[in-house]
Parts: sequence; structure tokens; C-alpha cells
Amino acid sequence: MESPVFSWNPLYDFQLMWSYPFMVNAFRAGAIVAVVAGAVGWFMVLRRQTFAGHTLSVVAFPGAALATLAGFSLSLGYFGFCVAAGLVLALMRRGREPGGSEESAATGVVQAFLLACGYLFMALYKGLLEGPQALLFGSFLGITTGQVATLAVAGLAVLLALAVLGRPLLFASVDPQVAAARGVPVRALSVAFLVLLGVATAEAAQITGALLVFALMVLPAATAQVLTARPGLSLLLTVILGFAVTWAGLVAAFYRPYPLGFFVTSFAFGLFLLAHAARFTARALERRRDALGAAFAGGAA
Amino acid sequence: MNPVVAAEPQHNAERRDPSSAPSSAASEASEASAADGQAEPVLSLSGAAVRVGGRTLWSGVDLEVQAGEFVAVLGPNGVGKSTLIKVLLGIMPAAEGEIRVLGRRPGEAGSRVGYLPQRRSFDPDLRIRGVDVVRMGLDGDRWGVPLPWSRDRREQQRRVYEVIELVGASAYAHRPIGQCSGGEQQRLLIAQALVRRPEVLLLDEPLDSLDLPNQSAVAALIGRICHQENVAVVMVAHDVNPILHHLDRVVYIAEGGAVCGPPSEVINSETLTRLYRTPVEVLSTQDGRLVVVGQPEAPAVHTDRHGHGHGHGHGDRRADRHAG
Ligand SMILES: Nc1ncnc2c1ncn2[C@@H]1O[C@H](COP(=O)(O)OP(=O)(O)O)[C@@H](O)[C@H]1O
Ligand SMILES: [Mg+2]
Repeated sequence: MESPVFSWNPLYDFQLMWSYPFMVNAFRAGAIVAVVAGAVGWFMVLRRQTFAGHTLSVVAFPGAALATLAGFSLSLGYFGFCVAAGLVLALMRRGREPGGSEESAATGVVQAFLLACGYLFMALYKGLLEGPQALLFGSFLGITTGQVATLAVAGLAVLLALAVLGRPLLFASVDPQVAAARGVPVRALSVAFLVLLGVATAEAAQITGALLVFALMVLPAATAQVLTARPGLSLLLTVILGFAVTWAGLVAAFYRPYPLGFFVTSFAFGLFLLAHAARFTARALERRRDALGAAFAGGAA
Repeated sequence: MNPVVAAEPQHNAERRDPSSAPSSAASEASEASAADGQAEPVLSLSGAAVRVGGRTLWSGVDLEVQAGEFVAVLGPNGVGKSTLIKVLLGIMPAAEGEIRVLGRRPGEAGSRVGYLPQRRSFDPDLRIRGVDVVRMGLDGDRWGVPLPWSRDRREQQRRVYEVIELVGASAYAHRPIGQCSGGEQQRLLIAQALVRRPEVLLLDEPLDSLDLPNQSAVAALIGRICHQENVAVVMVAHDVNPILHHLDRVVYIAEGGAVCGPPSEVINSETLTRLYRTPVEVLSTQDGRLVVVGQPEAPAVHTDRHGHGHGHGHGDRRADRHAG
């Protein structure tokens, strides 16, 4: 595709992009994925399960590669592998406190092995795909309407589940002992969450590629949690940020011949740095005001 | 063994049958309870025993706690104090004996029991405010999304702020809880345990990890809640001194059994020597503090981090985490 020229007239630019059906699908898929990955990612960051999230996203790659090789639907490869991996992780951490570190070595080994398997599947395929780049780093060119529909259905299911489980899940994440004493099924929620994480990762991997899922799962949530400590507001902010960076990334990738995953990740990372800078400045100002106030009070006394 | 409570706490007199605690007056008390259905003990254990991993931690524990009583659970590390709390919560089963919590089996009294587990310090990076943590105590276990326009919401909000005010945490309730000091976190967690107006509070070493001024302030807070709000408090303590003059009764657990009774009748050289079957000396300092000398540690391989020394100064142990 030769790069179109960005006119700086948003109305005109969007009209142009909307005239390409693949772009319409990309925007739709991006919106769905950003919302779902943001909401699930918010809980993941809060629960300190980013390593589990990373593992699931790596699993997306052999899933998709196997689907390509064996000729079944790509969505099935993504969802099947990620959800199965979520269940395996839940099984591995059974009987342990959440956030335990012992499983990380074993998980890491399995992760590396699965990544290698994915690469093998790609090598065996030797077909039309030029290589694993699209699966690892994301592509938005070939998203079909059917794929968008699948993303929407799976995403809606995840959001519904989160709406039902959200409050006890938050309780169990922040304060598992008291939650358990209050009758919250902490262990069952932890399994359910890993399954939701699997679905969300499978969705995000289809847009950003397996290796850059963190751009949508972690960065918006981490950014929002830097900016506010109110749970509801921070969740909302996560979803908005995720949506914004995805669409901005799509626009950028439409006009510039660089990968989508790069743009989305860079934008999200930029916002993350900005949020930290903002908080740092706010704190410094506050300290300065306190110091001034103390000095003033001291002078008056 | 259940010595008669010497100084009957006065707060009981106004709401309850005046002869509430002593088991020597049992017949009278049970008649009264039949009459008004009120003086039934909030907690009762009789002949209770607990086993973990095939080992009996303690057995033959008899205890009755009335509303508004402040009871401390004492004993060396690894002896099963936390386990006692977990049994009362219904998280762990008792191997023997009859246990009643608010007249029901453990775990069935729901929100009428407030719980504060042993040492939780929140991750400093946790970006959740204290007020949200308190709020979780109120409705954190409900499924589904709260409707923002529902009528209960304002009432719940009011209750959350009321209980934060009660524990004196208003100044920092809006800060992320990970950034609050140990004492501030502990107050917020007490507020969380209190928010549903429980009739029983089960507190597992709430003073652990606090400095001395904070220990006595939080102890006074718990004593006030216990006596003013008529909440029965069962508190596991590593050091009895900060709570000594708020206490109605103590339960001293040793390997095997336990003794219950007023502090002065239990924490003395004779009783503890009998309990541990080895010479134990209780010294009283000039300012009224008690120091227990010669008390054996439990033989277990404890996962608990504080190694030795009961009743000595508390160093800064915030960094280590509780494993169990
Ligand atoms: N789930 C468990 N399985 C096996 N042993 C346990 C379990 N929970 C606690 N223990 C053991 O029971 C003993 C008592 O533990 P605990 O009640 O935490 O002691 P305390 O609170 O008095 O320090 C310890 O030796 C501990 O190792
Ligand atoms: Mg303990």
C-alpha cells in the first residue's frame, strides 16, 4: 500500500480512511479489543498478574501459527490456546497464594518452549505468509467482518462476566483473606479471572500481535492507576486511554508504513511517561506548598 | 477452667442481664437468657480441639464470651492462636468439641462477625484508597454492578464515612492505602472490619508492626469500640501490655491446652507454670507491665517470622511478610 498523505483535516482524513472497508473493520476491531483488554488489564495490573498475562500472550503465537498450519480458523487458534493456557496456569498456581513467585521459573520455561513451537509451525507452513512478523507484532490489514463479529461476541461475554464478578474480584484481589472470610470464593474467582485474561489476551493479540499485547493490557491500566486511586474512575480512564491509543495507532499506521504494534505501544508508553511526569510534578508542587506553609507558620510563631 | 470474672464490666449492666459472664452463676444466667433471649454468649467453645496436618495444636478449650467483652488470646508463636480465630470464622474445622458463634455454627453468622487477619501490609504501589478498602467491607462481596442512582448508595456512603470517623482515619482515608503508615493502615482495616456493625470482632495481632504510641492508641480504640458499641472482641496479641487494662479476660494457649480467666488470675507464675509444666516466671515492672520469663516456644517448625522473646520490645518488622 502506498502511503496516503495526512491532510490535517480530521473530517477529510476520517472520510478517506472510512472509504476502505479494511480500515472500517480495523477501527471496529480496535475499539472492541481496546475496551476489553483495558478492563481485564486493569484487574491484571491490580492483581500483579502481569507475568501470567505475558505468558498467555506468548501462547497466542503458537496458537495462531498452528491454526495457519493446520488450516483451521485463526480465531479458534487464538482463543483455544489462550483459554487453555489460562486454565493450565490456574492449575499450576492451585494451593498457592496469589502473586507467588515460585511458579515463574516453570512458567518461563513453558513460555519459551511454546514460542519456539510457534516458530516451528511457521517454518513448517512455508506458505503465503512471509513470516511470523504479523503474528508477533500485529497487523490490521486482513481483519474480516467475521473476525470483528467474533471479537465482539467474545468481548461482550468478557465484559458481562466482569460486570457480574467485578466487585468480589476487586475485593479478592486487594484483600484475599478478609474476602475469603466473608464468603467470597477467592480461588474460583482466581481461576475465572485467568480464563477471562486468556480471552482478552487472545483478542488483543489479534490487533497488536502476540508480543505487544502489553501495550493494550498493561500500559493503559498502569497509566490510569498512576493518575487516580479511585477504582471506578481509574477503570473508566483505562478503557478511554486504551481506545485512544488504539485508534491513534490505526490512523498513524494508515498514513505511515510502519507496523501498527509499534505505534500503539509507543503512544501508550508515551502516555505512561507523561502520567508519571504529571504525578511527579504534582507531588513536588504539593511538597513545596507544604514547605512554604510550614515556613510561613514558623515565621508567624 | 473458667474463673469468675472479678470486675464485671459496667457497660454490660445497662443492656444485658447483669450476671452475664460468670459460669458459677450459670443456672441463673441461663434462666435469664431463656426469659429475654439476650444473654446467650456471643461465642462459646466447649471441649474444642483442633488438628492441622495430623498434629493436635490445642484441645479441651472451654470459653464463653459475652457481648461487650474484651478477650485476649495469648501464647507463644506457632501454638495455634491464628488457628483459633480461623476456627471461629469457620475457615478451618474444629476436630472436636462444640463451637457456637452468635448461636450458630462458625461461618454461618456472616456479616455479624468482623475479621482482621494477621499482618497485612498493603503493597506500597497499590493504588486503592483507604476509603475503598473500607467500602469493600460493606459491599465487596456482592455480585453485579452497583446502580449509581440506587437509594442505598448514599446511606452506604454515609456509613463508610461514619466508621472512618469513628476510628479517626478521616485525614488519610483518601490516600492510596499503600502509602499510609502501618498504624494508619491498621485503623482503616479496623474500620473495614467494623463497617457492617458486627457483634463480634476477631482481630489477629492488630498491634503487631506498630510502634509503641500507636500500639496504645489502637488498643484504646479497640477498647472503646468494645465497651461503647457493645461489640465482643477476641484479639490475638503477642504482647499483653498495651491492652492489659482494657481486658476483661485472657485465653492463654499452650501446647495442648489452654486456660481462660481474668488477666490477673491467668498471667501469673503459678498458672503459667502449671500450663506449661515448666517453671515460668511472671515479673511485674514498676509501671505495671508484665514480663513473662521462661515460657517455652512451641516445638513446631513455625512459618511465623518472629523468632523469640515474648513481651519484649517490638523491632521494626514491617518488611517481612507473614507466610501463613
Ligand atoms: N493449613 C495448615 N497446614 C498445616 N499446618 C498449619 C496450617 N496452618 C497453620 N499450621 C501450623 O499450625 C501451627 C499454628 O499456627 P498459627 O495458628 O498460625 O500459630 P500462631 O498464630 O499462634 O503463631 C503452626 O505450627 C503452623 O505451622
Ligand atoms: Mg498467628
